[in-house]
Amino acid sequence: MKKMRVLFLLLFFSAPALYAQEVRTLLQQVKAKYDKVNDYTATGKMKTNVIFIKAPVATVKVYYKRPDKLKIKNESGVSFIPKGSANVNMNNVLGLSDYEAVDGGTEKIAGISCRVVKIFPLSDDESITRSTLYIDETKLLVMKSVISTKENGTYELLMSYKQYAEWGLPDKVELTFNTRDYKLPKGVTIDYDNGSGKDKPEDAKNKKGKVEIAYSSYIINKGVPDSVFN
Amino acid sequence: MFIDLLKIELFKIFKRPRTFIAFGAIAVIILLVQFALKVNGKDFVQFYTDSQADTFDIPYEKILNGYFVCVAVLHMILIHVPLLVALIAGDMISGEAGLGTLRLIAGKPVTRTQLILAKFSASTVYVILLLVWMAVFALLGSMLIFGTEDLVVFRETDMHIMKSGDVLWRFFAAFVFAALALTTIAAMALMFSVFSENSLGPIVATVCVVIVFTIVQQLRVPVFEETVNPWSFTTHMLGWKGFFYVDKNAEGATIAGSVENPESLVRSGLILTGYIVLFLLISIRSFNKKDILS
Repeated sequence: MKKMRVLFLLLFFSAPALYAQEVRTLLQQVKAKYDKVNDYTATGKMKTNVIFIKAPVATVKVYYKRPDKLKIKNESGVSFIPKGSANVNMNNVLGLSDYEAVDGGTEKIAGISCRVVKIFPLSDDESITRSTLYIDETKLLVMKSVISTKENGTYELLMSYKQYAEWGLPDKVELTFNTRDYKLPKGVTIDYDNGSGKDKPEDAKNKKGKVEIAYSSYIINKGVPDSVFN
Repeated sequence: MFIDLLKIELFKIFKRPRTFIAFGAIAVIILLVQFALKVNGKDFVQFYTDSQADTFDIPYEKILNGYFVCVAVLHMILIHVPLLVALIAGDMISGEAGLGTLRLIAGKPVTRTQLILAKFSASTVYVILLLVWMAVFALLGSMLIFGTEDLVVFRETDMHIMKSGDVLWRFFAAFVFAALALTTIAAMALMFSVFSENSLGPIVATVCVVIVFTIVQQLRVPVFEETVNPWSFTTHMLGWKGFFYVDKNAEGATIAGSVENPESLVRSGLILTGYIVLFLLISIRSFNKKDILS
């Protein structure tokens, strides 16, 4: 009876450590898949949905180079690119070396059952303070991530995969982020009052902004010059 | 006969050296603004985007293009152009009265109505030429100096981005609307001119009316916003800016070739036209009844 009690206590206290080990293994498997990509140049269409920005759909190029260089460029026009777009690169989280990983159970994302993994970087030097990844365990793909940063708030990324799934590269990314109120001092712009401001149902305070990039093509592992990221 | 009258009036306008002061002043102001933005343009853009610099990567160099500079120039200059228009239109009748030539021209075998319409048409031609001059310097000049890119227009609570291919027609429409707005000023100055025997009175009166209504408009207090502003011509004179306010679809993307509220632009255009007709009718009626003694 005494032996049974000891065995039970041992199992009870070691279970979290076993789960943590399990999610670490899962993260390593996902990282191994994402590590197949050294660099890429992707072309896509970017939609900006921010309450105070009216922008056309932009054709953008996304440049990536391991471990953490990512640049979104609108080469034929003007776009306001959210600073958190660097987190589109999953290596920002998967590349962490010193972290705690906690199993958060399972949750369905776009109908797919995903393992929820909460990651807490231990180093004070990391720009990320915490991150939650929703991982499709069968395909080893990150379907959703919520990343909190020290300087730029919290970003939520929702990814969907099709033809580039084997590389861990999404066909569509939706980036949701916090926005600040936009208001210029009265009398600066001397706006024409066309009545459009009177029926605005809500002000822009504390609203979420969303940027959606639908990728049309990737050029993978063909080299990207460093000058692109300057 | 009317064309001959118009030619005579145009000859009189462009014979005077002061007519060209307006053209010179506009050229100097535009060149100064272009020079300032060429040297310190980034600071200018930063003023509008500073609150978002932590959230977005702001493409300062791309925003500061010829179209953006032209909108900035028009924003700064079009508020002051009524003064330049009043200088000419306010002198049309009262100037003749002051010189003692009004009785002479009223004695010609033309009706007084024709005379007023010819002077109004000549003022309108002057307004159009002033705007063409402005377009050459502000638009073409800025395009040459700063190049072309997508246009970003900053409003008090939002910003509008338009593709570069969707911009030129907006400038054309804005200049046409500005011509209508300035013609309203010309008609008002001409009306004041009918009641005066010297040029200074109508010019000062026109400028004062514009200043008073602009201040009332900019106070933005409900008592004026609900009563005066909807009918004030200074409110509707800003209609040219409406062509740079673009509409968006349900997903938040702008619709190429759209304006945010075309109905309000039509309304503003009709109100300005109404003012022009009203000022002209008062001018014609008063001039026809006027006892010309000089």
